[in-house]
Amino acid sequence: MIWLDTIVQGLLLGGLYALFAAGLSLVFGIMRLVNLAHGDLIVFAAFLILVVVQMTGLNPFLGALIAAPLLFAFGWLVQRVVLNRVLGKDILPPLLVTFGLSIALQNGMLEVFSADSQRLRAGPLESASVDLGPVTVGIMPLLTFASAVMVIFALNQIFYRTALGRAFRATSDDPVTASLMGINPASVFAIATGLAMVTVTIAALFLGMRSNFDPSIGPARLIFAFEAVIIGGLGSLWGTLLGGAIIGVAQTVGAQINPEWQILAGHLAFLAVLLVRPRGLFPRAVD
Amino acid sequence: MQISVTTRTRASTIAGIAALALIGLGLILPAFASRSVIQDLFFILTLLTLAQLWNLIAGYGGMVSIGQQAFVGIGAYAMFAGVILWGWDPIAAIPLGLGAALVLAVPMAFFAFRLQGAYFAIGTWVIAEVTRLLVAQWKTLGGGTGTSLPREATADIWGVKAIAALLGLRDAAARDVLAYWLALAMAVGTMAAIYILLRSRNGLALAAVRDNDNAARSVGVDAARLKWAVFLSAAAMTGMVGALIFLQTARISPDAAFSVTTWTAYVIFIVVIGGIGRLEGPIIGVLVFWGLQTAFADYGSWYLFSLGLIAIAVMLFAPRGLWGLFTDRTGIALFPVQRRLTTTSQGDSRNG
Amino acid sequence: MLQTHALTASYGQFKALFGIDLHVAPGECVAIIGANGAGKTTLLRSISGVLRNAPGMVTHRGTPIGALSADAVLQRGIAMVPEGRKLFPSLTVEENLMIGGQVRRGDGRWTLDTVYALFPILRERRLSPGTALSGGQQQMVAIGRALMSNPEVLLCDEISLGLAPVVIRDIYAALPRIRETGAAVVIVEQDISRALSVADRVYCVMEGRVTLTGAPAGITRDAVHAAYFGNAA
Ligand SMILES: Nc1ncnc2c1ncn2[C@@H]1O[C@H](COP(=O)(O)OP(=O)(O)OP(=O)(O)O)[C@@H](O)[C@H]1O
Ligand SMILES: [Mg+2]
Repeated sequence: MIWLDTIVQGLLLGGLYALFAAGLSLVFGIMRLVNLAHGDLIVFAAFLILVVVQMTGLNPFLGALIAAPLLFAFGWLVQRVVLNRVLGKDILPPLLVTFGLSIALQNGMLEVFSADSQRLRAGPLESASVDLGPVTVGIMPLLTFASAVMVIFALNQIFYRTALGRAFRATSDDPVTASLMGINPASVFAIATGLAMVTVTIAALFLGMRSNFDPSIGPARLIFAFEAVIIGGLGSLWGTLLGGAIIGVAQTVGAQINPEWQILAGHLAFLAVLLVRPRGLFPRAVD
Repeated sequence: MQISVTTRTRASTIAGIAALALIGLGLILPAFASRSVIQDLFFILTLLTLAQLWNLIAGYGGMVSIGQQAFVGIGAYAMFAGVILWGWDPIAAIPLGLGAALVLAVPMAFFAFRLQGAYFAIGTWVIAEVTRLLVAQWKTLGGGTGTSLPREATADIWGVKAIAALLGLRDAAARDVLAYWLALAMAVGTMAAIYILLRSRNGLALAAVRDNDNAARSVGVDAARLKWAVFLSAAAMTGMVGALIFLQTARISPDAAFSVTTWTAYVIFIVVIGGIGRLEGPIIGVLVFWGLQTAFADYGSWYLFSLGLIAIAVMLFAPRGLWGLFTDRTGIALFPVQRRLTTTSQGDSRNG
Repeated sequence: MLQTHALTASYGQFKALFGIDLHVAPGECVAIIGANGAGKTTLLRSISGVLRNAPGMVTHRGTPIGALSADAVLQRGIAMVPEGRKLFPSLTVEENLMIGGQVRRGDGRWTLDTVYALFPILRERRLSPGTALSGGQQQMVAIGRALMSNPEVLLCDEISLGLAPVVIRDIYAALPRIRETGAAVVIVEQDISRALSVADRVYCVMEGRVTLTGAPAGITRDAVHAAYFGNAA
């Protein structure tokens, strides 16, 4: 029974990692952009929700609803002004720029919000749980996982069922030819990053309600997110969900054996998958 | 008309002489410089060496690793292990850093070379994290909180007594001088080795590998072997520098020794701000980095905040770095590695 | 209607075009011929906005468009079938066509249905990935994709490249039906006699310069030969 419980908790934890990863997967899939600031952007979004909540007295869910459009605009702007100018075959320029953004965000947040731990208060929801026969699961992890599935589902619908998604895929295949179709790659990329920031808001909401956060925790979240994306395979959104689940289960199983091995076990699972499948589980046929 | 191939320019001849003079000056500097100057120079020289090594693998070899902190950390911990567990003299334990980094680099390369581009970058980072987490389990070396070099070990490091007597310094200052001299030797040795490599046939081959693996293979360059050789030697040297850095601080913890920000992000900033893919770049970069740090360190996080923005600005407006800007304007190269054709004849009117 | 004025283009240091003057009248069919590397593709890329120029080097209905980006040029009604077809591998045949129609001028004649009527085989394959088709079918998709925006000018770069003669005939059979809609067509073609037979006017390009221009009727074999290869013959 203990193992079943461990695996269920791991799956649910994977939902959180999939949420961290969804925006990254979108951006990485569409423009091959390695955004090293993604983790710090999640933390930044959490602080923004916190500020909204403190200023308005709303609950965090509504706070996130207000923060989302602001973050969309922020992502759009960063992509337009900075990232579009460094995209190309060479991965180094975007790597460096997002490294710079990451350092700037971390330290900017440190100055503005201090190093103190913060939390988004969700009231009784935080400790509520349901009894599912053999296992008992917290409402909050369940909600996180459901949100991850919904986010991935919604992104998939956009990707495969809408004109915007078609433009995403076409631009990702070949931006020059896409521009011959009347698509402006720069603005398509900006919308993609804006959209990614909306998923980042949702990730931040659950990050902040489930645990404490402070300006320094971004990079660790970034690694989990990247592991989920890479395990799943470039451009496969459901793969990202599976990747998150694999990391989550590996972590809880590792922690069950020795509490200090939690993070280590997640990384080892990632390396093991990559050793067998260097391009992840569901790589796109064309690349 | 005679055509010959040369890499020498007048600027490079002058630079060569100046470099020798600078090294000489560097050697005798502790005789008259203050302790804080020596400490600053130690900082500059070690960062410079790390930056040159990263520049070698990423700028010349095209292997964009963000996991170099693994080698700094493992090298430092190996040195601590030698001192604390086996009672070695710290100086004798420095080569342990080289050995440990090499041992780590083999599986890392085996794994990461199967990955491309962004996957390579992230893969190296994850391996560095795994190493950090494993080392944090090493309870005899302080586990997650770290440990210090025991006082008995630092009290009589080889050579310190002699330096103290020679320069009339107290032991602590003499330790700094020793560390400084070692840092100078590592920096000079690393740069000389890279310079010689780049000017050799393998240097050309390395450029070919960076630009296109397949093309390089088709002209007979054993790309895989060259990449292995470069990656392993950079890793080994990085490990040794790591050991030296933590010899000087005498205190270690997994978070400090395996810090991605300090040993990789800042190192990358240095390379890129100065100019990637050229030997002069990291030199300029480390001077700028040190200058900014000295001038603005009092502003704490705002300083690092600005550093991040500066890195972004350089990438946007001077993607080839400050040195790139300078050579574009002037055409001067201090350490030229491009081969240029020179014609040594007058009055030949025909086009060759 | 569409005109270039002393159009120049270069790739870094290398100059590919040296002052090309070309004009296309409404509904006209213009052929551009020339040897490999003459600069034909570069010319079409400059007009379509893939390569940017000084604004006045290309004008459309008197408006300078030389500096516009490709998406802005398309919105003015100038569509391109690029060399090598360049279908989007992640999109199905139908999605490839739909993406061509994402920006439409007015409510012109071209829709999914009319494109399928022009190339019936595409309807059968509409759910396959675009790149799973044969070369000829892919070329049809590429033409259909460009038509979906209802262009006023259609630029076609080597639509017969690498195709079997029968397939080429099928594709060229579509040309009159495209012109029926009033669109002007600019084709780049290696096959000189085919170019001369379909075009109202011909430009011959050599090493980035126009060496011959006129109506096919007034052009002799020798003149073409000289314009193609220089005056060595
Ligand atoms: N991307 C590029 N970079 C550098 N030079 C280029 C590039 N594309 C074309 N060129 C050069 O420009 C010149 C004109 O090329 P272009 O592709 O326009 O010729 P073309 O007439 O279309 O030839 P083809 O019939 O082979 O398609 C050639 O000398 C070619 O080498
Ligand atoms: Mg061509």
